Amino acid sequence: MDNILSIVTFIPALAAAVMALLMRGEDEAAQRNAKYVALMATSITFFVSLFIYFQFDPSNTGFQFVEERAWIFGLKYKMGVDGISVLFVLLTTFVMPLTILASWSVTTRVKEYMIAFLLLETLMLGVFMALDMVLFYLFFEAGLIPMFLIIGIWGGKDRIYASFKFFLYTFFGSVLMLVAMVAMYFDAGTTDIVKLLAHEFSYASMNVLGIHVLGGMQTLLFLAFFASFAVKMPMWPVHTWLPDAHVQAPTAGSVVLAAILLKMGGYGFLRFSLPMFPVGSEVMTDVILWMSAIAIVYTSLVAMVQEDMKKLIAYSSVAHMGFVTMGIFAANQQGVDGAIFQMLSHGFISAALFLCVGVIYDRMHTRDIDAYGGLVIRMPAYALVFMFFTMGNVGLPGTSGFIGEFLTLMGVFQENTWVAFVATTGVIFSACYALWLYRRVVFGDLIKESLKSIKDMNAREKWIFAPLVAMTLLLGIYPSVVTDVIGPSTEALVQSVNTAVADAGPLWDAAEVDVAATNSH
Amino acid sequence: MQADLSVILPEIILAVFSMAALLGAVYTVKDKLAPMLVWVTAALMVVLGIWIGTSGSGATEAFGGMIVNDAFARFAKVAILFSAAAVMVMGQDYMSKRGMLRFEYPILIALSVIGMMVMVSAGDLMALYMGLELQSLALYVVAALRRDSIKSTEAGLKYFVLGALSSGLLLYGASLVYGFAGTTKFAGIIEVAQHGEVSIGLLFGIVFLISGMAFKVSAVPFHMWTPDVYEGAPTPVTAFFASAPKVAAMGLFARVLHDAFGYAIEDWSQVIALLSVLSMFLGAVAAIGQTDLKRLMAYSSIAHMGYALIGLAAGTALGVQALLIYMSIYVAMNIGTFAFIMMLHRDGKPVTDIAALNQYAKREPGRALGMLVLLFSLAGVPPMLGFFGKFFVLRAAVEADMAWLAIAGVIASVIGAYYYLRIVFFMYFGSEGDDVETSRSPVLLAFFTVGAALMLVGVITTFGLEGAAASAAAMLVN
Repeated sequence: MDNILSIVTFIPALAAAVMALLMRGEDEAAQRNAKYVALMATSITFFVSLFIYFQFDPSNTGFQFVEERAWIFGLKYKMGVDGISVLFVLLTTFVMPLTILASWSVTTRVKEYMIAFLLLETLMLGVFMALDMVLFYLFFEAGLIPMFLIIGIWGGKDRIYASFKFFLYTFFGSVLMLVAMVAMYFDAGTTDIVKLLAHEFSYASMNVLGIHVLGGMQTLLFLAFFASFAVKMPMWPVHTWLPDAHVQAPTAGSVVLAAILLKMGGYGFLRFSLPMFPVGSEVMTDVILWMSAIAIVYTSLVAMVQEDMKKLIAYSSVAHMGFVTMGIFAANQQGVDGAIFQMLSHGFISAALFLCVGVIYDRMHTRDIDAYGGLVIRMPAYALVFMFFTMGNVGLPGTSGFIGEFLTLMGVFQENTWVAFVATTGVIFSACYALWLYRRVVFGDLIKESLKSIKDMNAREKWIFAPLVAMTLLLGIYPSVVTDVIGPSTEALVQSVNTAVADAGPLWDAAEVDVAATNSH
Repeated sequence: MQADLSVILPEIILAVFSMAALLGAVYTVKDKLAPMLVWVTAALMVVLGIWIGTSGSGATEAFGGMIVNDAFARFAKVAILFSAAAVMVMGQDYMSKRGMLRFEYPILIALSVIGMMVMVSAGDLMALYMGLELQSLALYVVAALRRDSIKSTEAGLKYFVLGALSSGLLLYGASLVYGFAGTTKFAGIIEVAQHGEVSIGLLFGIVFLISGMAFKVSAVPFHMWTPDVYEGAPTPVTAFFASAPKVAAMGLFARVLHDAFGYAIEDWSQVIALLSVLSMFLGAVAAIGQTDLKRLMAYSSIAHMGYALIGLAAGTALGVQALLIYMSIYVAMNIGTFAFIMMLHRDGKPVTDIAALNQYAKREPGRALGMLVLLFSLAGVPPMLGFFGKFFVLRAAVEADMAWLAIAGVIASVIGAYYYLRIVFFMYFGSEGDDVETSRSPVLLAFFTVGAALMLVGVITTFGLEGAAASAAAMLVN
């Protein structure tokens, strides 16, 4: 089992290839077959990935299950997981079968649809496992192609605009990262992430085009990576592609986008930005913390005035991702733990919320909040599930949302009290928009004629939500299942960052000396 | 003498064959011989390609250094021969159906290929010019092959007039170089440049030479002919223009700049970098508004030449290696894409309108998927092979301390991605379907499938491309 990571990664791709080559026809039977094959493939992937989880040794802070092969152009195919990435792998394999189940009502081009999702799963898993920079980039970027097609083919009315915006925005972000990777390769002489983590990039201040760059090369590399991950995350003010993409994407597309694709940004920060450029991160910390705080407050306010349910949840996602960036760049144990926890929790809760929207969208074909009201009368089970995840989104203690927000806020409080203060107001705002959404959709009188015959969730839909409810509760009540796994790795990460920053000495004083020195010439 | 001739034996064989074929066809059944001639010429080219590819190592000179046969020349020759053979076979069905397949076509292609082979192994300005003109003259005629079409003759004439101008520039540059260096041999020129400063006259000579060659690779600002010629010429001819001659011109470019002016890298590297940036951006921006697939591919090829020039601008062995790898991948992508364009027709007439692809994926899911792969590869999106071409030139640029060029390149690639995506948009998201038909020619399908499959398989193995390119580059850059 020393290549279990590759097995897990490529099972979905294999299933996609089988479907592409062997399955023909567009009739009902063929459609059903495609759905079952996709469901089986993703379920098998999940069960196999459980082996990774159970054999994973949390006390080992290095990479495990490492496999390494020669690849083209002198690059290496290297995969491995550590405490930071292993749970993202699990999150991905866990969410994918649910998204396939949620796509049961798709009727156009079912085969292609399932192939796109299966390929997307392979690429997403690859991102979390890749231990070679170029391999990482390959998976990271390639994921754009299936997502572009998913939004463009199976999306809503304005799907063309949304898909192009999605593709070009994220593509632009990541090409700068590519240049930075090439520069890193020449500096460190390797594309191996493990070696790069041990390599110390120069942080001597330098001048670029007449601008004094504090932290020198590290800051420049940091900014290039930041361009990519901030767009992916997405952080304010480059978040505008997300609401468009979410609104236009089919339900399953939104679920994958919210639950997994957004996490790649946070994962990238933890894998590259923070450990490889600790000094660059230190230079940028205040800017990022404030950007996060603005994101939390601003997007929460924007969410409040949305008329479209998906858009509202999309903005709430941006706000929640603000907690993640805040936690990561607080660069202490609680902050980083909280950020990972928040990402996992958001993976369950936002996925569930988009599924909730999907349930009523499938019935009414509208996402306008005003088109609903009083659903609790006809759909009690739905009202209960929606209520649960609304509370999770608000961060009610007992759900996983609370732990993530609390830990990140605690982390940030030690780093920058004012940011923590501003961000905390975001918690209140999130309660406002989430509860208001819930009230307008579920409570009130059932006066709309069209809603009078709406049916409650069927068994399939209930089964989709059951595991999500279970995970949200489990993480909320017993967070150690997560923190025990990630703890040692994050501790090592935080320690190495702090050591590097301490070794670099006081940056700002040194800069003044530098400037004084250049002035005296 | 014997030894000299043996160095250029492949060229001689191809030349003798062309002459014999010409005579044979003229005195027998003329155009009826054409389909057979296409296959035979292509087969000969493939055989010669394999022979050159597997023959010897090291460098040999002939005719007192006029012709050089080294790893670089061999690499370029193999690429030229294979791509020319592929394009010729691919277009045969298309041309014979439309009555364009004259017996001169394969012969002209063979003659231009001989010119290209001389170009990439030139060791002297005279040999360079001889090869270049042989290639160009054959191509002018091929561009105007459809004598009864105004567009095709216009394309031929435009190509000829502008090509003659560029040849003039090149000759003028060559004469300046000769005047100031006292020799036309690359080996002699490089010695002059080695001792002390490059004189201003020599510098002017370099600039004129570069202008002439930039015309051949259609780098901005010498690109004006490209869209019109691409659009006007019959599609198989366009496919040919976009493949073998580009490899040859790039090979020549690299050979002259490194072999003759290898000690003046900082003098020409800036010029090449500028050409490269302009080409990338103009190619990306101007293609956005195109509605014709062939014109779009013309701008796309301008942009791709810009990327390849990054490798040249780096002025290092890694740069030349990147250039060669990029060109090889580019040719493979182009052959696949043009095979696709050739498949499209309506009532027997070729269709090149992008909007005709509306809802193409619904009717032809397999072909649409192949085209999708090719398009993303052209855009340089991983995991397609096209990404690795870009990755390589970026690496060369960063290694040569030209990070700005790399950044300009990636930004242009984002702009460029838009128009490739637009084709995907028509194929997959477009509104009501068009009635465009798809040719069932197995030859076209084979080339298309292989081209698309290479973009994916290439990510697993590159069939020794990297090593061959590395040794070729090492031969050129000391």
